Amino acid sequence: MAGHTTQLDAKTLWGGKESPFQTSYGKLMMWFFLVSDALTFSGLLIAYGFTRHDAQDAWPIGEETFNSMPFLGHGYPLLYVALMTFILIVSSVTMVLAVEAGHRMDRKGVTKWMIATIIGGFFFVGSQAWEWSHFIHGSEFGKIELADGSQAIVKGHFGEIANFTVIEAGKHHKKGEIIKGDLMHEFQHAAEKGHLEGGNIRLADGSVAKINKAKDHEMKLIFKKSGSEHKIGAAAITGAAAEKMYYEALYSGEANRVVYGANMKQNEYGPQQYAQFFFFITGFHGFHVFSGVVINIIILLGVIAGTYHKRGHYEMVEKTGLYWHFVDLVWVFVFTFFYLI
Amino acid sequence: MERDDLIEYSLHNHHSEEQGKSIRKKIVQVTVLLTIITTVEVFLGAMIKQSSDAWAYVKWSFIVMTLVKAAYIVMVFMHLGDEKKALRNVILIPYAIFIAYLIFIGLWEATEVSEAWKTFGF
Repeated sequence: MAGHTTQLDAKTLWGGKESPFQTSYGKLMMWFFLVSDALTFSGLLIAYGFTRHDAQDAWPIGEETFNSMPFLGHGYPLLYVALMTFILIVSSVTMVLAVEAGHRMDRKGVTKWMIATIIGGFFFVGSQAWEWSHFIHGSEFGKIELADGSQAIVKGHFGEIANFTVIEAGKHHKKGEIIKGDLMHEFQHAAEKGHLEGGNIRLADGSVAKINKAKDHEMKLIFKKSGSEHKIGAAAITGAAAEKMYYEALYSGEANRVVYGANMKQNEYGPQQYAQFFFFITGFHGFHVFSGVVINIIILLGVIAGTYHKRGHYEMVEKTGLYWHFVDLVWVFVFTFFYLI
Repeated sequence: MERDDLIEYSLHNHHSEEQGKSIRKKIVQVTVLLTIITTVEVFLGAMIKQSSDAWAYVKWSFIVMTLVKAAYIVMVFMHLGDEKKALRNVILIPYAIFIAYLIFIGLWEATEVSEAWKTFGF
């Protein structure tokens, strides 16, 4: 960089004095580490590409899968992940400003920008935790298996469940009792187990209750697995026809007709490998972000203590900066190949 | 034995207030560019369906935009553009060759595996 004026000639270059890369040992080793880490991430993303390319069922589409915002509900395709990307880019910028301040031996500036970078990092990790939680819990409708063996994801606005009215007494509930509270969890659990039948729910204590639920709006079935009647790529079924098919399956009394969210065995979004790659790649990246934040905090403590100022240069900030930018770089690719394409 | 002929490269990276100003200006420019590209990507992703005819172009434009973003991050934010050419090449060339091969073989094999599934069933 600037200020380096050492004359290069054959004697100094190959006498073991001048390095051909003209960079310090620590920075060179950081670069080599980053190259190997980049190979790891590329390997993961290419494995994802391989699996997606040979998958026979329809692969999930980013804007359908990720369309929710915290506090606002759904209907915001890709906005949340765009916000996460923006946060990470901004924290990369504050990091490069910290490095620049270090080159001017401006200790206050380094401290300020390092703190900003760490805050950005925490925001990103927190956002990812929300994203994971949302991915695991899934949508209100879930993915449904229809009578012909086809599978469809369901979009729309789920009508709120007002209450359950007990029509057959069990161990805990008497006939005529009205059950209120957060019934969604109960409802989804019963749906997975096949405990919903003809508009009624069979509760854990053996009682049967009538479900009083508001009407759904704008329901839409999008086929993700072909059956004998419905094929992948067929036009989405909407309105009353969609509702009829959905509730026929939901109230069939059969287990495993609906899947909510994702776990290691099944998910509502598409082929099983999709969720596994999601967990592994975003998890591995999130782990990098987390360790990056920890390393940044350690370096910040060194900056505040004046360790690097005494040393005469802020190269430690530059090295941790390289790692932090790399984390941002990986996210740029994960964003494209997981969310956009 | 203490050696006084070794060069402390870490000390060479300092710059003046003046140089700092122009470096910061460049950082702001790159930030704006990265933000614009990301916004365009999200807009295209949300607007154009994968089933539409334009999707193939959109997909490739995503890949190009991603590579542009990556180049700016590596060259400006990570200062690789300011390093010696030898260092730049040592980092980029082996990586690029290996990954180009891995992408080729990954997608080629995936196509074959896909054909095999179709032919012989699950």
